[in-house]
Amino acid sequence: MAKIKLPAPPSNPLSSPKRPGKKYGPTGPLGHAEEAGLTAVGWIDERTSLSGGLRWAMFRKVPKGTNWFYTLGSATMFAFLSQAVTGVFLAMYYEPSATRAYESIRYINNEVFLGEFVHGMHRWGSSVMVILIFLHMGRTFFFGAYKYPRELNWVIGVALLVMTMTMSFSGYLLPFDQRSYWATIVGVNINGTGPLVGPYLSEFLRAGPYFGATTLSRFYAIHMLMVPGAIAALMGFHLYLVAKLGTTAPPWIKAKGPEELREDEVTVER
Amino acid sequence: MNKQEKEQYLRDYGTLKSQGKPFFPYAVAKDSAMAIVVMAVIIAMSIVLGAELGPKADPTSTTYTPRPEWYFFFLFELLKVIKPPALVPLATIGVPTICLILLFLLPFYDRGPERRPERRPIATTAGIFVVCAIGYLTYLGAAAGPPTEIDIPIPANVSSQGPEAVANFEAGSQVVAQSGCAACHRFGENGNSGPGPALTNIGARLPAQAIQRTLLNPSAPMPSFSALSEESPKQFAQMVGFLAALK
Repeated sequence: MAKIKLPAPPSNPLSSPKRPGKKYGPTGPLGHAEEAGLTAVGWIDERTSLSGGLRWAMFRKVPKGTNWFYTLGSATMFAFLSQAVTGVFLAMYYEPSATRAYESIRYINNEVFLGEFVHGMHRWGSSVMVILIFLHMGRTFFFGAYKYPRELNWVIGVALLVMTMTMSFSGYLLPFDQRSYWATIVGVNINGTGPLVGPYLSEFLRAGPYFGATTLSRFYAIHMLMVPGAIAALMGFHLYLVAKLGTTAPPWIKAKGPEELREDEVTVER
Repeated sequence: MNKQEKEQYLRDYGTLKSQGKPFFPYAVAKDSAMAIVVMAVIIAMSIVLGAELGPKADPTSTTYTPRPEWYFFFLFELLKVIKPPALVPLATIGVPTICLILLFLLPFYDRGPERRPERRPIATTAGIFVVCAIGYLTYLGAAAGPPTEIDIPIPANVSSQGPEAVANFEAGSQVVAQSGCAACHRFGENGNSGPGPALTNIGARLPAQAIQRTLLNPSAPMPSFSALSEESPKQFAQMVGFLAALK
């Protein structure tokens, strides 16, 4: 990649002392606009001190050798954001009742402007997100990136994987067509065969001993409120740990001391 | 990793990091490019594949195929690999739970300092094996035919009872086929050999009464057919009759 000279982090213009003999203050409308922006940012920063954290997160260094495999995590997050946005638009029309759910989805598909397109994005976006999260986990596994000091981040990642699968399981019922209905019945029954907690889990999912009218609203609540919030929170913690501990270098990249580096440079110059 | 190895790692990593590039704009540029690719793929899939809706969910209907979303196929197929009924709970919950616990605890039992995949033969082999197993089971799930056709020759004891018995047998065969029983059960040449037991000779093993009881009150994960028996007792009786005649 070409070398780009990075701009220095902006210093607070309000704190620099005025020099005598020079004209200060904004000139022209552009200058006024610039100063208004800086003042607003300075006002927020004075009260939140966010700029330090932002600089820490954005200008931290990523190790040498970082390649395209390292974009899979952020790609998964992006797929999640796409799911969240398309999900919000679907929720504007969807009705989580056993009698109305199917009709509302059909209304989205047939009547709403771009309805089927957004519905399709949400539906296939789930497949894309599952693929990406597995690829991201595979990269972490094969590069040994879960080892010290990133053990906790691996555990959080596995929890995020489980939640992603929960999302796709609970979302599968919502269109309430034949396929989703019967597949969910079998899925819930499979959960019920588990030892100890199995029967309680399936009864919780069904909201009772039988698949009833409240089952759909329960799946809707799990899909809309419970799991996405937990995913967003854990994702934030996951990202914080990534920024704090740094992304790993590919395992075959060797760290070179200052002396070895100098030798390296010498050979290059020759 | 002992203390020395940990310190060594942190030192090496610190060196690599100091020789690296800032997250912004280098990594952000790559991440953004990837995000555009992801968006393009999702949009293309939505346009090409659409979001068609099946027929409305109908608890009393008998024409359904309980198939999960494709990325659950490997869990579903796991049920078919493990046959004996006593081991079904092991397949449904046991194996996935154990795998999940192993996955959660991975950094706590794999504590070696080595990170290169070719120098971690056990971990790399296990990883490749799991990837292949999931891929194979997903392929099996995708390749499983639509379980709505059952083609069984009419048994001699049915054809000897006259045309009415034959008609009932064929009607029952239709009901069973449309109910998707073959998704989980084997009928002679048709159907999947699992998770449920083969029903090729079910009539010889169970009397009609017992078959009816099982259909109304099945053991999980099989769905109950009590709705069918209430909505359409005739079809239900044909179903029971067909299964009881399989000898």
